[in-house]
Amino acid sequence: MTPQELENLAHLRRARDLIDRDYAKPLDVPTMAAKALMSPSHFSRQFRAAYGETPYSYLMTRRIERAMALLRSGMSVTDACMTVGCTSLGSFSSRFAEIVGETPSEYRSHEHEAVEAMPTRIAMEVTRPARNKASRNGEATGDTAA
Amino acid sequence: MTIALQYTNVTVNDVDESIAFYGGALGLEVQNDVSSGKYRWVTLGSEGQPGLGIVLSEPHAGRSKKDGDTMQELLVKGILPILVFRTDDLDATFEKVAASGAEVLQEPIDMGYARDCAFRDPSGNMVRISQE
Repeated sequence: MTPQELENLAHLRRARDLIDRDYAKPLDVPTMAAKALMSPSHFSRQFRAAYGETPYSYLMTRRIERAMALLRSGMSVTDACMTVGCTSLGSFSSRFAEIVGETPSEYRSHEHEAVEAMPTRIAMEVTRPARNKASRNGEATGDTAA
Repeated sequence: MTIALQYTNVTVNDVDESIAFYGGALGLEVQNDVSSGKYRWVTLGSEGQPGLGIVLSEPHAGRSKKDGDTMQELLVKGILPILVFRTDDLDATFEKVAASGAEVLQEPIDMGYARDCAFRDPSGNMVRISQE
């Protein structure tokens, strides 16, 4: 890779780190793009090419991941939605169902004993939702944890 | 019969800039510096864990151009496996590494089982530091 290509990748990584860090704040794509020193449309294309999903999609995946942990701890669906930075319960619930495979309230009502027994960092890895894989989502939905 | 980890390898873009991070900021000591062709393998360690060497080398060191390119892309994207260090003074370590100019990913917070903080090394590796 050319030095310029590597520099661009590092900028994209910093924007992704910003999402990981500030997912609960009202982050928008122009803010993320500014972190990557790119225009929003160019940033979105480049981010998707590098990480396999758009920046907004990555942000929502991160929010849903955090919401899953909050719901497992017993937080209400509305509080979990607001805590992770989503302002619309409707779009939160539909995005949650799309990624996790069941609604937030269904997910909340499950037993999550296996996840609770894991060290936090391991549980984060095991339950991390992803759009382009199916291999470990059974654990996240509690199918194997029950 | 006993077994213990002796060397672990960390891929970095630039060995010298990484010595400043792992040595200068984190406080590891350079124990060995070996060159072969245009590449170097630099081993660092700490008194806190004698016998364990952390070997820094560049993505293309000992690899084909294609594999080196793949490794470098994953490195800069921040996808390579994370490193986790343990300290007996998290706040002092955090202040020292942050003051070196390293990218801060997370200030020290309570994780329940430990407190930890996180940085990117100069190449893009995630480095977490934990205190139990």
